[in-house]
Amino acid sequence: MSDTNLLTVSDLTVHRGAAKILDRVNLSIAKGETLALVGESGAGKSTIATALMQLLDGAEVEGRAELQEAGDLLSLPARQMVKLRGRRLSMIFQDAGAALNPAYTVGRQLTTTLRRNLGLTRSAAHAKAIELFTSVGINDAEARLSAFPHQLSGGMQQRVMVAIALACNPDLLLADEPTSALDVTIQAQIIRLILSLTRERGASCIFVLHDLALASQSCDRIVVLYAGQVVESGPARDVLTHHRHPYTRQLESCVVEIGRHDLVAPEGTVPPHDQMPKGCRFATRCPRALDRCAGEAPPLTPANPAKDGALDHVFACWNPE
Amino acid sequence: MNALPDPKAQAAQAPGAAVFELIEVEKTFQIRPPGRRFTRETIGLKALDGVRLRVEKGTSLALVGESGSGKSTLLRVLLGLDAPTNGRALYHGRPIRDARAHGRDFARDVAMVYQDARGSLDPRMTIEALIAEPLRHFNIVPKDQIKSRVAELLNRVGLPTDAAKRYPAGLSGGQVRRVAIARALASEPSVLVADEAVSGLDVSTQAQLLTLLRRLQQDMGLTLVFITHDLGVASFLCEEIAIMYLGRIVETGPTDAVLNAPAHPYAAALRAAAPRFFEPMPEPLPGEIPSPLDLPKGCRFSTRCPAAQPDCQTRDPQLGRFGQARAVACLHPLASPET
Amino acid sequence: MTAQASPLATKAPAPATNPPAGPPKTKRRGRRSIFVRRPFFTVSLIVALGYLLAAIFAPYVAPYDPVLQSYDAMMQPPTAAHPMGTDSYGQDILSRTIYGARFALIIGFFSVIIGATGGLVIGLAAGLSGGWVEWGLMRLIDSILALPSLILAVAFIAILGQGVDKVVIAVGLSMIGPFSRTVRADVMRVRVQGFVEAARLMSIPSLQVVWRHVLPNVIFPLAVQVTIRISEAILVSSSLSFLGIGVTPPTPDWGLMIAEGRDFVSFAPWMSAMPGFALALLLIALSIVGDGIREEFDPKGRRGA
Repeated sequence: MSDTNLLTVSDLTVHRGAAKILDRVNLSIAKGETLALVGESGAGKSTIATALMQLLDGAEVEGRAELQEAGDLLSLPARQMVKLRGRRLSMIFQDAGAALNPAYTVGRQLTTTLRRNLGLTRSAAHAKAIELFTSVGINDAEARLSAFPHQLSGGMQQRVMVAIALACNPDLLLADEPTSALDVTIQAQIIRLILSLTRERGASCIFVLHDLALASQSCDRIVVLYAGQVVESGPARDVLTHHRHPYTRQLESCVVEIGRHDLVAPEGTVPPHDQMPKGCRFATRCPRALDRCAGEAPPLTPANPAKDGALDHVFACWNPE
Repeated sequence: MNALPDPKAQAAQAPGAAVFELIEVEKTFQIRPPGRRFTRETIGLKALDGVRLRVEKGTSLALVGESGSGKSTLLRVLLGLDAPTNGRALYHGRPIRDARAHGRDFARDVAMVYQDARGSLDPRMTIEALIAEPLRHFNIVPKDQIKSRVAELLNRVGLPTDAAKRYPAGLSGGQVRRVAIARALASEPSVLVADEAVSGLDVSTQAQLLTLLRRLQQDMGLTLVFITHDLGVASFLCEEIAIMYLGRIVETGPTDAVLNAPAHPYAAALRAAAPRFFEPMPEPLPGEIPSPLDLPKGCRFSTRCPAAQPDCQTRDPQLGRFGQARAVACLHPLASPET
Repeated sequence: MTAQASPLATKAPAPATNPPAGPPKTKRRGRRSIFVRRPFFTVSLIVALGYLLAAIFAPYVAPYDPVLQSYDAMMQPPTAAHPMGTDSYGQDILSRTIYGARFALIIGFFSVIIGATGGLVIGLAAGLSGGWVEWGLMRLIDSILALPSLILAVAFIAILGQGVDKVVIAVGLSMIGPFSRTVRADVMRVRVQGFVEAARLMSIPSLQVVWRHVLPNVIFPLAVQVTIRISEAILVSSSLSFLGIGVTPPTPDWGLMIAEGRDFVSFAPWMSAMPGFALALLLIALSIVGDGIREEFDPKGRRGA
């Protein structure tokens, strides 16, 4: 099973000083699959994405992240990583306005990527840029190429980011909260755009999201993170409708859907890194906590051990629902 | 919670009386034409255009719109920070600017919770000093009771008493929002205006704040004007909703009725775009919100409207009654008014 | 406070949403003190305090009278009797250097106070007024800033005359320009912040807003500026003395001493080197202390914590 996976992350651990930001994270993504990393701030979901891109500064990274035909992303030398970025994997950031260089036109930023990674000539890159801009739904692509980032709206900037990220047909796209700075109607546009373009190219996509409902709409599989650990993961529908971990239930019950009038607010907040409980990290806030939870960390367990093949719905809890 | 000392205001507090009433409010900003930096000529940017709104006492109203819809400008008009260019903006029957300029009653009665809660708190003051400031300024309690009142307010918003001695920088995002709410409640207002007070927070923190706000609104009988872009938040917290598009309210009415069967195509699109569990991704609205400098002819939504008819490009619909309690600004509403 | 509040807290129903407070940031910071985390800062602070003590207790510390001339001991290299040697009048350089610290610190401190006070007034006025008043004040500041502070100080000395008090005033006046600039920039930054509008919304009178919210947020960066600029003031005053237009001889001033030793530098280098070294060490120490204070207490840095 694992040899068909595009990316297999095993025991990814990230330390920053004394703080353990990620703790033995395991995940994998198949070709053409979309995966959502969900959780609250401090869960480490963005850290996974930046660690995979080797963009993490001032932190110790352990573990492996095997990308098909490329080797371990975490231990690749910087020079080889530069070659992979853009061509095999690329990233879209939450704040497109900050990720684009304000001093250059968006066209120049796109053609630079094209010429460097695909070795295109100036005119070929220009033609390809127009094609890409059109494909991400930018009207009047030729004219917009000469616009500076600040002359574009937030939605347009994010479209440009998508165009740059997909310029070289990467196998894996990492999208870190690509729409949380945008209006809802624009959010729907961008998510649909990313999904249709990656599907078209057979690329896989890892979304970092905080909106569970959005994750259910856009992703095949969901990984729920809490305080740097995977607490539950599996097919989206299994995780959200047959969740076993109390934290998944809590996350879901906090989503205020339209027409919802009852809302049970959970207690407390994520403990700071230096006060993490020894056992299950969710134990301090868990309504189902047992004595065992405080002292002993639960391992990831298959949700349906009887059936074969459904092994990829797993959770980490001593007292599951 | 406390009745206003202002006799005029008291007279206006008959049942069903409006706290705020906006009649054909228009706000135009004079700006330099875009792209021409070195010119002295200015053009008018209509941030608000023909806004009609009534906020009844004790109700909760959600003001919903995307960026550029004019909801922030509307907020500034409601708070008396900007005067409308045209039309009338009334607070208990009196022009808001007037009410703000004379005496402290308006400032005491209408409290505000900012979107940027951290920025709205002086970083060099302790939480105690921050909450004590309105207590002192409006003479809410005698001097020797200020400390205990601060502790009471902190308790009411669910903060530990020892938070009083800390600075805003030492609190988390959710805690800072609670401080901002405690500070707003210190002057014992009857109206609470909140600008995106729960946005940008984790879902569990957001849920905590939403339940807190709803409890406070119900316990204290507050009139709540809540600005948000999140329809879920609006439907949880507010009885009434007003949806804005390009400087105009396009649909208003009871939240459940409006969201169950939106009459305006924009309200419907907004409703569809909100993420829902396992629903297929909706067909999004085409294009982006047009520039208010270059309004479309006829209905301002006609350029993006999936249900536009030929006459939408020529006639500009005004906000008109739609059934019992609703109003909509559309020539061809999607739903039929319930009787 | 706690004694008064705790019964209240227990009496009221505990809200279900009580988030854990966590230890205050300040307490965590206190675990490892600034002196351990910043060894250079600590050393510099000790050096600067050493200068201050030497300046205050100069009569007790200095082995000789700084202006006592001795024809028997002219231009002596450092010996046991004169650890830093003597100058061309036979005055003990160590004693003169110690007394020199007195003048350096007095001039540095008081001139910066003058500059900071003037800068605060002009900067606040410019930052808060807007319109023509602001325009006029800023052009005034610009024209002051067009000249380096040394040239400006020379000009003021030309008007005022020589002497320690005149130097203080001249250097102080010459520093008003840069101080006004930073104060105005801070005022502009603070003025547009949410808490100022929030205060306005509460109908707090504008003077009170300035006093309670704008001023405290401007004063602190200004205080940091003061510590940094003391060294600049000392340098300017020493330069004035070096040029022979600041403090009059035989006052033991470092600039003056360096100037006096200049002619003998080839065969009595200690005459210039000793006060020069004293000056350099103090300036470096003061800069490091100023930087340390700025980095430690800058609210921008603290907010990220």
